[in-house]
Amino acid sequence: MLLFKKRNQRDQQKNLRLQSVISRFMGNPLAVLGLILFSVILLATLSVGFFLDYEQSALAFNIPQRLVPPNGTNWFGTDEMGRDEFARILFGARYTLSVGFVSTLFAVIVGGIFGAVSGYFGGITDNIIMRIMEIMMCLPSMILAIAIVVALGGSILNMVVAVGISNVPKFARIVRSSVMGVRNTEYVQAAQIIGTPFIPLLFRHILRNCMGPVIVQATLIFAMSILSISSLSFLGLGIQAPTPEWGNMLSDGKDYMRGNAYLVLAPGLAIFFSIFSLNLIGDGLRDALDPRMDI
Amino acid sequence: MSETIVEVKDLCQFFPVRSSIGKKGYIHAVDHVSLKLMSGETFGLVGESGCGKSTLGRTILRLYRPTSGKIFYNGNDITNANMKTYRRKMQMIFQDPSASLNPRMTIGQIIEEPLKNYHLFSEPMKRKERVFELLNQVGLNKDQIDRYPHEFSGGQQQRVGIARTLAVEPEFIVCDEPISALDVSIQSQIINMLEEMQEKRNLTYLFIAHDISVVRHISHYIGVMFLGQIVEMAKSNELVKNPLHPYTQILMSSVPIPDPDLAKNKKRIILDGELPSPIDPSPGCRFVTRCPYVKECNGRCKEETPELREITSGHFVACFKCQE
Repeated sequence: MLLFKKRNQRDQQKNLRLQSVISRFMGNPLAVLGLILFSVILLATLSVGFFLDYEQSALAFNIPQRLVPPNGTNWFGTDEMGRDEFARILFGARYTLSVGFVSTLFAVIVGGIFGAVSGYFGGITDNIIMRIMEIMMCLPSMILAIAIVVALGGSILNMVVAVGISNVPKFARIVRSSVMGVRNTEYVQAAQIIGTPFIPLLFRHILRNCMGPVIVQATLIFAMSILSISSLSFLGLGIQAPTPEWGNMLSDGKDYMRGNAYLVLAPGLAIFFSIFSLNLIGDGLRDALDPRMDI
Repeated sequence: MSETIVEVKDLCQFFPVRSSIGKKGYIHAVDHVSLKLMSGETFGLVGESGCGKSTLGRTILRLYRPTSGKIFYNGNDITNANMKTYRRKMQMIFQDPSASLNPRMTIGQIIEEPLKNYHLFSEPMKRKERVFELLNQVGLNKDQIDRYPHEFSGGQQQRVGIARTLAVEPEFIVCDEPISALDVSIQSQIINMLEEMQEKRNLTYLFIAHDISVVRHISHYIGVMFLGQIVEMAKSNELVKNPLHPYTQILMSSVPIPDPDLAKNKKRIILDGELPSPIDPSPGCRFVTRCPYVKECNGRCKEETPELREITSGHFVACFKCQE
């Protein structure tokens, strides 16, 4: 009965598209769980600057307090320099999440352009672009990222490019295959016949109908980028040691893993929960963005 | 006397294909087709699936670049012209209404799009009024404007498609099997609506269908297509009463008669033989493998392709036997 009522309410909202997407997303408990988890992580990351001072709580040494296990004041304990692990996790998220997000965006835009051009024009253009993408795919993403960071230095911008570039072919392929499918549909031909110019045709009719898989892939890649950035930092190539970052915190913590497992668990779980929640959101979005799923 | 609005001369549309051995060939989808469409009339195009009727319609609208031949619109050669101006006058109604509407746009946006493309109404309010007017004309309610295509039935979706087509006030519409995806009860509604529109606006239709019984009601003129070629072309009454080409006769005999007593006595010509491949067809009549009269031609049709010739006034046939 309650389900029925919910259905009815949902039907009335259909005339507004955004509302219907939201209501479909909210009808998926796993997606909501992911959204809540990620919102908590994001909110904590964004608001931590108001409560704690970055220099004081994340960087300043406090040797007498070193390696204190989790307690009331230090929720995740303190590290080998006596810094509060909880504060460092929150400040670290700033770097990990933002670099991950921007590098994903970079991959979506660059890969999207290549994929759309390749899929729309086909033929020789498609062949050239896709062969280049395949060459890029052959290079192991981690090694490519390491090579770029080593060659260009570990600045934030270089990290974005290093992590993003290996994801470009993935988006190019997804966008290409969706564009190829959508390009030949009757509604694209119909749009051509009613005189839609090329750019609106590409964006409004073709790319708009390819967004589903791209968004799902983007959330997954966002999660993978977080992992890549952490890995780079773990290896000491990414964001350098005094700056809190989940990867290098993990790296620092591993030396004390026997006695103070929380130093590894805290950043490890932070990475885990970010990726987990992003994957749940990705799946939920995929279902919610496809209006045909509603019937 | 009405004027010629669209004329097609020797139009060919070949698509390249590659076989598994890597040999390159061409599908002769439309092979030297010539026809004339009179203003305000309906030209029905029938033929089995895969015979190139849709390709012909789409090539006339220049969705594909023709391999050879010429297309004229109101006397202007549009074979290589920029279609932007002509598309306003030449429109199309699609076969599958659910596939021809963008699933992510509301029907209001869908109908508004051609108006925006041609800058027909600069003020948004006036444009919206025009959308309401169009919805009304095709029998849809104006509070459905913010709905998505998937919320409509097939018949309603087709009405949306027709409203979009009519938005730019075209003169010539290619109807690519506009009713074959619909229920029988809705088919007649859509056909009546199309006829009504034709009367009101003096529209010219190229009506593509595979069902000759539907086409003969709506068309003034009928062309029968077989494997990329028009094999017979005549006024609709003439063609139905006096089909000359064996393929047309077979098509006519396949039309079901809604009376069991009459149907008992009906002779059905059963078609045998293989459909020849449309990839690089060998010379000779395309119908030769299935033609019941093949022996009467003394092998001539195996070597020579019969041309479309006028037998009686306005009745064209491409068959050696009939031309004798």
